[in-house]
Amino acid sequence: MRTDVADTKDYRGRVHDLSRNIMTDWMTQLKDATQTNVPSAYLMISGNCVEILRCFDILPVFPEINALQLAIRKQSLPYIIKSEEIGYASDNCAYVKADIGYTMCGGVGQDGSSPTPSLIVCNFVGCNVYIKWFEHCASMMDVPMVMLDIPFVRDGQASAEDLKYVLAQLKDLIKRCEELTGKKFDIDRLREIVAHSARAEEGWSRSKDLCKHRPAPFDSYFDSINMMGPINALRGTKEAADFFDEVAAHYAKMVEEGIGVADEEKFRTVVEGPPPYPYYRSFRNLFEAWGAVAVQSTYSTVGGTWEFGFRHDPDRPLESIAEQMITHNLCNRSLLDRYDQIRSYVDDWKADALIIHSIKSCRLFSAGQGDMREYFTKELGVPTLMVESDLEDPRYYAEAQMKNRIDAFFEALQYKRMRQEAGA
Amino acid sequence: MIIDQTVEQCRDVLDLMPGEAIARAREKHPGIKGFGVFPVYAPVEIIHAAGLMPVGMFGAGNKVEISHADSRFQSFICSIAKSTLELFLRGDMEDFVGAVFSSICDVARNLSSVVHRNAPNIYVEYLHLPQSRISDATVAYTRMEFERFRKNLSHHLGRPIGNDAIAHSIGLYNKVRRLTRELYQHRKERPGSIAASELYAVVQAGTRIMPEEFIVLLEPFVEAVKQREVHERDCVNVVIEGAFCEQMPLGLIDVIEAAGCQVKDDDLAVGWRLFEDDVSTEGNGTAALADAYLSRTVYTSVRHDGDQPRTEGLVRRMKDAGSEAVIFAPAKFCEPALLDYVMFRQRLEKDNIAHLKVEFEEKMWTFESARTEMETFAESMLFD
Ligand code: SF4
Ligand code: SF4
Repeated sequence: MRTDVADTKDYRGRVHDLSRNIMTDWMTQLKDATQTNVPSAYLMISGNCVEILRCFDILPVFPEINALQLAIRKQSLPYIIKSEEIGYASDNCAYVKADIGYTMCGGVGQDGSSPTPSLIVCNFVGCNVYIKWFEHCASMMDVPMVMLDIPFVRDGQASAEDLKYVLAQLKDLIKRCEELTGKKFDIDRLREIVAHSARAEEGWSRSKDLCKHRPAPFDSYFDSINMMGPINALRGTKEAADFFDEVAAHYAKMVEEGIGVADEEKFRTVVEGPPPYPYYRSFRNLFEAWGAVAVQSTYSTVGGTWEFGFRHDPDRPLESIAEQMITHNLCNRSLLDRYDQIRSYVDDWKADALIIHSIKSCRLFSAGQGDMREYFTKELGVPTLMVESDLEDPRYYAEAQMKNRIDAFFEALQYKRMRQEAGA
Repeated sequence: MIIDQTVEQCRDVLDLMPGEAIARAREKHPGIKGFGVFPVYAPVEIIHAAGLMPVGMFGAGNKVEISHADSRFQSFICSIAKSTLELFLRGDMEDFVGAVFSSICDVARNLSSVVHRNAPNIYVEYLHLPQSRISDATVAYTRMEFERFRKNLSHHLGRPIGNDAIAHSIGLYNKVRRLTRELYQHRKERPGSIAASELYAVVQAGTRIMPEEFIVLLEPFVEAVKQREVHERDCVNVVIEGAFCEQMPLGLIDVIEAAGCQVKDDDLAVGWRLFEDDVSTEGNGTAALADAYLSRTVYTSVRHDGDQPRTEGLVRRMKDAGSEAVIFAPAKFCEPALLDYVMFRQRLEKDNIAHLKVEFEEKMWTFESARTEMETFAESMLFD
């Protein structure tokens, strides 16, 4: 059985390269900003309002992306340990620990890879840890913090009052940005930026939709990461919009030619939960070895659930930013809404199984996933596998055990399929 | 005499299963149903005004074997989430109309969903309590959120929850909180007049007794405590920080004082005594509650506090209590408490204030290692 699928496949490499290019440009800007006075601001990924920062030419900095990169480069552990030395518990979110440790070691600021922010914008969209994380950053670097309190979706969607509340806070943020940059808010500029966002969202959705085809042109869990950077961090730029046009065209062509991401697509899965970044490659191999392709994933929608139709609207730029922050992202919706999202993925993307990757660090994702498994296996009869590790801390990944669980699951699935075919 | 009897009575109440607490309340309030309040805070006055009994859902301590809930929540999730769910899964909450959870942490939020799915007969409400700096928009939002809570509950019950009823309930809970504040204040002034575990048992029992009856129990108790003779002892004056949601086992609270500490303030069950003074009984009740929530509450780790950081709040709380050290008591796996520990600790170290961290779990039954740690800590402070 193959355990190593070549990285060199053109179709995978192409989108990866495109993504790397535009993300590297942005990171170079971050690095350059450590030596200049270009204003920058911290922001969280989930349901963010990057468009507003962009409108003032404030460089957005995402500590979650810093943490992710440390993990994927296998550099996170020393920083996690550094944070534990100052009192963080082994049970705290390791994204926070890696980023705080990295900052303490000079990763942020003059000698670091990104600038000390001029402002910390805490978009509290779902995850309560965000608040603590940014409170600590603000105090550690002595940077002012703006809190954006985004009401959780309680009754299915945002109420008029929720919207009003968020709009008022966005207007406050705009005022802070004006003070910081000395620039006047220009709504027409925001309209342009928001139009770029909408075009990127369109490309994102078209791409995701293409995975409904058999074989799926890309792995909507592992390969979505190439699209997540541009949609969440670079949204609102022309470059990101162009990127998504190109990506969607590329995947559409693959579909036309009948080319899939797997040599032979044997199982179609939906994956729930973030990946184990320190073991990204090996984790992926465990699925590829079975010809298992993720046709959808929840993690890829932490920033926005664009595939269900929401677009930023140049005619209502601020209102649509507020709506996206409240309603149209995974993190600010309930666990039961997430069940519905997964159910529609299983049905509409025609998946054979659900894979739950339970993350010790991230209780936003993981708390209650046992119930999710019960629901999908017992109530809906969807074969479900739940495995556990971490998205940042390499100490929680047990390779052999992971392989056993995954192999056993697909073996059973394969056996079931053979029996069904024999009986048919 | 009154003191021992009341504490005994309250400990008995803490031993009851939620349904038994309702059964007991029915002796005075025939047919009343319960409404669960998950920590930290919810406007219990609205629930009470709806003709229901608000009951603190603080898990199940060590009363219940977890046999269903751990298949829903993983090993790295706090105990209170699991034992609270277990109560629903076992059918122990049948006398409850509903339950309310709020935006304190990611676990509580997901727990509300899991309860919703697994207990279809229970009406589940989720409150998003504001985390922003106080502005006109925050006031409008919070009033709307409390009003939404009233409307939804009223709709669910099929009966109105009127302003007069809310004002009456606010009056009752004001009285409960006033008496509780008196007890806390008295303990600061005359430490030793009430043991930490006694105070805790009484306050906590108040989350499972109707306020009408609780006031009757509390009034003579407060008087008796004020009259109690106090024996001076050499000890370290401490405040407890971090036990705002999952509650410490009574045994562990005893150990803190037995090991040579005097608890002068704590944040146990803090949500039930959140207000620094009375909530107004005038005008619109939900608006009064919302306004009080925004501007006259003590800090907690589950709420962003803008320009008044919690770190300063802790130092102020210590000073007000006349204590010289902090015992951090986060529940195991409690993300907000464990995350806040770092900044609290840094702040205390800036002023050379001593502190000790003791993690706990509600099911903890042996306290030996905590006792040793605490004794060493107290000795090092006393003989420094
Ligand atoms: S808890 Fe999860 S969503 Fe929140 S910061 Fe950590 S990894 Fe991100
Ligand atoms: S104990 Fe902590 S983590 Fe658990 S529900 Fe309470 S606040 Fe959340």
